[in-house]
Amino acid sequence: MSPPLSRARRRLFAAGAVLLVLAGVGTWAAWPDDPDYRTQDARITVRSGPGGDEPVDLDTRLFLPDGASATDTVPAVLLAHGFGGTKESTYADAEELAGIGYAVLTWTARGFGRSGGQIHLDNPDYEVRDAQRLVDWLAARPEISTDGPGDPRVGVVGSSYGGGLALLLAAQDQRVDAAVPMATWNDLANAFLPESTGRGPVDGVFKKTWAGLFFGNGAGVGLGALGDSAAAPDPAALAGAALPGLDPSCGRFAADVCAAYQRIATTGRADQAAVDLLRRSSPAGVLDRIKAPTLLVQGTADTLFPLAEADANARGIAATGTPVRVAWFTGGHDGGDGPQSDRDRVKFVMAQWLDHYVKGTGDAPATSFTWSRITGFNALDRGVVTSGYSDPAYPGLAGTGSSTVTVAGPAQPVANPPAGNPAAISSLPGTGGGLSSFVNGVVSDLPGQHARFTSEPLDRPLDIVGAPTVRIRAASPTGEAVLFVKLYDVDPSGTATLSSGLIAPVRLTGLPADLAAAQPVTVTLPAIVHRVEAGHTLRIAVATADQAFTTPAQPTVYTVGLPGDATAVTLPTVTGEPIASPQVIWRYVLVALLAAIVVGLVVVVLVVRRRRNRHDSSVHPEYADVPLRVDGLRKVYGDFVAVDRVDFEVRRGQVVGLLGPNGAGKTTTLRVLMGLTKPTAGQVHVFGHPLVPGSPVLSRIGALVEGPGFLPHLSGLANLRAYWAATGRPEADAQFERALEIAGLGASVHRRVKTYSHGMRQRLAIAQAMLGLPELLVLDEPTDGLDPPQIAEMRRVLKRYATDGRAVLVSSHLLAEVEQTCTHVVVVNKGAIVASGQVDEIVGESPTVQIEVSDAPAAVELLGKLAGVRSVAVDGDPRQLVVDTNGTARSEVVASLVRAGIGVERVVPRRRLEDAFLALVGESSSGSGDR
Amino acid sequence: MTDVQAGAAVNYRAARTLPIRAEWRRQWSRARTRWALGLMVLLPVIILIAFQFDSTGDDDNGGGEFGSLIDLATSGGLNFTLFCLYVSATFLLVVAVALFCGDTVASEAQWGSLRYLLAVPVPRARLVAVKLVVALGYSGLALLTLAGTALAIGTARYGWEPLRSTVANEIAAGPGLLRLLGILGYLAVVLLVVAGLAFLLSVTTDAPLGAVGGAVLVWILSSILDQITALGFVRNLLPTHYSTAWLGLLSTPVQVDDIVKGVISAVVYATLFWSLAFWRFTRKDVTS
Repeated sequence: MSPPLSRARRRLFAAGAVLLVLAGVGTWAAWPDDPDYRTQDARITVRSGPGGDEPVDLDTRLFLPDGASATDTVPAVLLAHGFGGTKESTYADAEELAGIGYAVLTWTARGFGRSGGQIHLDNPDYEVRDAQRLVDWLAARPEISTDGPGDPRVGVVGSSYGGGLALLLAAQDQRVDAAVPMATWNDLANAFLPESTGRGPVDGVFKKTWAGLFFGNGAGVGLGALGDSAAAPDPAALAGAALPGLDPSCGRFAADVCAAYQRIATTGRADQAAVDLLRRSSPAGVLDRIKAPTLLVQGTADTLFPLAEADANARGIAATGTPVRVAWFTGGHDGGDGPQSDRDRVKFVMAQWLDHYVKGTGDAPATSFTWSRITGFNALDRGVVTSGYSDPAYPGLAGTGSSTVTVAGPAQPVANPPAGNPAAISSLPGTGGGLSSFVNGVVSDLPGQHARFTSEPLDRPLDIVGAPTVRIRAASPTGEAVLFVKLYDVDPSGTATLSSGLIAPVRLTGLPADLAAAQPVTVTLPAIVHRVEAGHTLRIAVATADQAFTTPAQPTVYTVGLPGDATAVTLPTVTGEPIASPQVIWRYVLVALLAAIVVGLVVVVLVVRRRRNRHDSSVHPEYADVPLRVDGLRKVYGDFVAVDRVDFEVRRGQVVGLLGPNGAGKTTTLRVLMGLTKPTAGQVHVFGHPLVPGSPVLSRIGALVEGPGFLPHLSGLANLRAYWAATGRPEADAQFERALEIAGLGASVHRRVKTYSHGMRQRLAIAQAMLGLPELLVLDEPTDGLDPPQIAEMRRVLKRYATDGRAVLVSSHLLAEVEQTCTHVVVVNKGAIVASGQVDEIVGESPTVQIEVSDAPAAVELLGKLAGVRSVAVDGDPRQLVVDTNGTARSEVVASLVRAGIGVERVVPRRRLEDAFLALVGESSSGSGDR
Repeated sequence: MTDVQAGAAVNYRAARTLPIRAEWRRQWSRARTRWALGLMVLLPVIILIAFQFDSTGDDDNGGGEFGSLIDLATSGGLNFTLFCLYVSATFLLVVAVALFCGDTVASEAQWGSLRYLLAVPVPRARLVAVKLVVALGYSGLALLTLAGTALAIGTARYGWEPLRSTVANEIAAGPGLLRLLGILGYLAVVLLVVAGLAFLLSVTTDAPLGAVGGAVLVWILSSILDQITALGFVRNLLPTHYSTAWLGLLSTPVQVDDIVKGVISAVVYATLFWSLAFWRFTRKDVTS
C-alpha cells in the first residue's frame, strides 16, 4: 500500500522544501534593495589658493535621491573622505545618506586620486576653499534646497582628514548648516607631537609611526564611523607619488608641508615654523567662528586622534553658544568602525543631527553625551561587544566624579635604550581594527626600561570615563627625560591590560640628577573608557622607549619615582544611564513567542476537547450487542481501490472467517477495524459504538494484524508485560497465565523474541491479542507459520474462545482453515464480498459433481441429453467432467454413464464454498493484485 | 468525560494509556539507550585520561579566543566540564538527541509494535506526546549525565576552582556553577531543533536510521552553510547559527543577545517540527 502514500509524503516534503528554498532565496535576493538614488560623476574645476585664483580639478560624484528635482528640492551633505582615500572610500556612507533623503556630494580631495593639486593638509586656502567652491556649486544645482541665493542647505560630514575639513569649513563658511566631524583633530601639532604635562608641541614627543604612515600615504585612514572600511588606499592615490615632475621625496605633498615633515621626522622635534604650519590646518584657532551645530564623534580606540582632541573641539565650539554634541564610540584609527551596536548608535545620532539642523525635520536632538564600553568578546563573530551609556551633559575628560586609587612603589632606575631600540610596543598604528590585540596583552614593557607602581586590589569595580592623572618624579643625569606613562589594569592572574594601547608621552627638562631633588609633575593620561573589576589592581608604568614615538638616541639611565612612597591616581568617572540596546527587542520577541505558543497550545487542546465532546458517542441501538458491524466499507489509496464495498457482521458466539485470496482487501479491512487506517467511506460499529481511529471501544478488541510486532530485545513474557503496561489497565485484568497457556511457549517465554521462530512469534502474538480476554478477537492469518498440531490446537482454542458471548474474526486465504475453524464465513475478492453466511450452509453439498470418465466426448453427449443435468463441462483434464445437476441424485448420473458403457473412474462431490472460492482463485491464481 | 470513554473495556482510560513510566521502561530496556548514556559517562573519563598523557605539547587548535578553552580545561572541575561540553556539543550530543528522538516512533513502526499500541488504543496524540516527553527526558538525562560526570571527575582530579576563560575575568566557583547550568540550559534549548527534526522524521518514516541520520545530516549541512559568510543574512535563519552563543555566558557581564536570538530560533524550529509531527501522525494511515 505504500506507493500512493509515499507519493503523498514526497509531495508534502517536496512542497515544504521548495517553500523553504524559495523563502531563503527570496529573502536573499530581496535584501540588497534597488538603489533609491542616482549618481553623477563630474570633474569640477574650482579656483582656490590664497588669492582664490588657482584652478584645480576635483573628481566629484553627486548622489541625488530619487524624486529630487527643481520643484522638490532636497538638502545636501558634503561628505569628505579620510587621508589617502578618494571619493570611492565614502561610497557606502553616501549611499546611506542618499537613502535618507540627502543629496550627497563626495569628492576626492586635492592631491589624492584623480583630483589635481597638492596636499596642503586641509589648509584654509586650499582644501577648505575647494570645499567652499563645492558649496557654491551645490547652491547652483536646482535640486538642492537653499536658504537664500548662493546659500544651499548643506551639512558637512567627514572622518579623520575629512573631519578636520568639516570643522575648518564650518568655521570659514557660514553657509554650512551643520557639521559632523568624526575621529578628527583639534590641533594637528598636538596630535603628532603630544606632551602630557601640558608643555605644548614644541616640546612634544613625535608620534613617528603614525606620521610616517601618513606621509607614506599608505595608512589605513579610510576610517569612518559610518561603515567606511575602505582601508586600502586607492591605487590611483598611490600612483600620484610616481607622477613625473614630482619631487620623489615629497610626492603630492605641497612643498611647505613636505619640508616641515622632513624637519620634524629628522630630529624628532618640531620648530615653531612647523608647529605654525600644522596649526594653520587645525580647527583649534578658529573654533569660535563655528556657528553650525556640531556633532563630534570620536573613537576610544584611537592613538592618533585621541578623545582629548574632540574634547578640545567641544569646549571651543560650545564656548560661543553653538550647539555641540559629543559621542564616543569603541573604535577609531586603531579600532576601526567598532561593533555594530556602536555603528548603529553613531548613525542614529548623525541622522538625527542632520535631519534637524539641515533637513529641518524632527525635534532638536539632545546634547547628551553618549559613549560605550567594551564588555567582552562576541562569542559568534569574535568581535568586541559594547554597552552604550548616556549622560545628560558632556562632562569633559574630568568626568562627573572621580575616584582615587593609591599606587605605591620605590624609586626605580630605568634605562633609555640607544636609538630607541629595543622599544616597548603599545599600539600598532595602521593595522586598523585589531582591538582585541590590545585587550589581550600584545602590549609589552621591556625589563629594565620601565618602572612599576602598583595599587592594592580594588574592593569594588571602577568605571573610568575620562583622563586619569598621576603625579610622578624623575631624575636624569642629562637633565632631560622622555618617558611614557601608562595605566594598566592587572587581573588577579597577572595579565595586564592597557586600555586601547593609549599612553602618555612626557618630555621633562631641567631634571636633577638625584631623585630626591626632583619636583613632582602631573601627567594627564589619555582619556579612556574602561571598567576595572573588583579584585584587579592598577599599575602605573613609566617606560622609556616606545615604538610609536621618537625618543632620545643617547643611552641614559633615569630614575623614576612617585612624589612620596605612594601617590593617588585620580580616575574620572561618569555614571551614565545605560542605553537600551536595540537587541533588547528580541527579548520581548522571545516572551511574545513563548506566550503565543502557550496560547496556541491551549487553543488546540480546547478545540480538540470540544470536538471530542461533540463527537457522536451515542450507541447505535440495533448494534448495541453486536460485536462488529461493518457497513459499506470502502478504502481508496490514491486511484487504487483496496476495498470497494464490504458489509458484514460478527455476532456474539460466532467465529467468522474472512476468506479471500491474497490482496483481496482482508488486511485493509482489518486495519480499518483497528483504527490504523481511516476508511474512505462506510461505518464500522463495535458493540454499537461508531469506530474511528483511537475509539475507546477498541479496548474491547484484541488483535493480530499483519503479523506479530514485538520488541526484539525483550523476552516473550516481558513483551506481553510491556504491552499490557501500555494499556494502562490493572495487571490483574490481563490474565497472563491464560495467555501464556495459549501461546504454549513453555520456558521459551523467557528468551528474547529475536531468537523466536516464526511460529513462536505468531503464537505469542495470538496470546497478546487474547490478553485481558477481549470480547472481540480479530486475527489476521493466525495459523501462518504454525505446524499442523498447533493449527489443530489453535482451532480448538478459537472455537472455545467464542463461547460466553465473545466473538472471533479470522482472516485467511485458506479455505480449509476457515471451513474447520469458523462458524460463519465472508468471502471477499477484489475488495468486495462474494459470498457470506454460515459455513454449514455455504460449505454444504452443492449439486455439482466432478466425474472422471473413460470416454469424455461420449459422456458429454450422453449427459447433455439427461433431463436432470443442467450443464456439463470439461474441466482441464479431458477426462474430467464437471456436471451440474438439477437435483438428480449422483447415483442416477453414474448409473446412466455405466449403462451407456462409459467407465467411471471417480465421482467427487463439490461444495458451494469451494465453488465460490475456486472460481475466484481460478480467475487469478496470483490474487487480485498486489494489494 | 465518561461518555468519551463510552464502550471501553473495564478499567480502560484513554488518558492512562502508555504511562510515561511504561514508555520510560520501554526505552530503557533498549541497549542503545543504555549505551548512549554510558558513552556520556565514558567520554569525560576518556578525556580525563587523555589529559594525563599531556606532554605539554603546543596544541593550539586555532579556535581563536575560545581555543584557549582547551588550555584551560585542566584548571578546575568547572573548566573541565566546560571543555567536555564544548567538544561534544557540536556532534556527540546532537547524535545522542537525534537518536533518542528519531528512533522512538520509527523503531516501533519497524518492529510492527506501533500498530498494537494504536490498537490498545493509545490515542495518537497521547502516543506522540508521551514518546516525545520520554525522548526529551532521555536527551536531557544524557546532557546532565555528561555534565555531571565531567564535573564530578573533573573536580575530583583538578579541584573546585573558579571558572576561567580568556574572554573575561575568572568567575568564582559558585557563580561559575550557575553559568555552567545556564550553558547546559542553552545547549538543551538549541538541541530542541535536532529533537524536533528527528521526531518529525521519526513519525514520518519506518526506518529509525533514516530519522536519526536525517536529523544529524541536516544539522551538519546547516553547520557547513553557516561557515559560508557569503550567504549573509540567510545564515541567521540557519538552525545552527546561534549554536555557540552559549560562549557569551562566559563573559562578564553575560552576553545574552545572541542567546535570546538562539532561543527564539530553536523554539520556532522545534515548535514547527513538533507541530508538523503531531499534525502528520494524528492523520496518517499507519501502514507498517
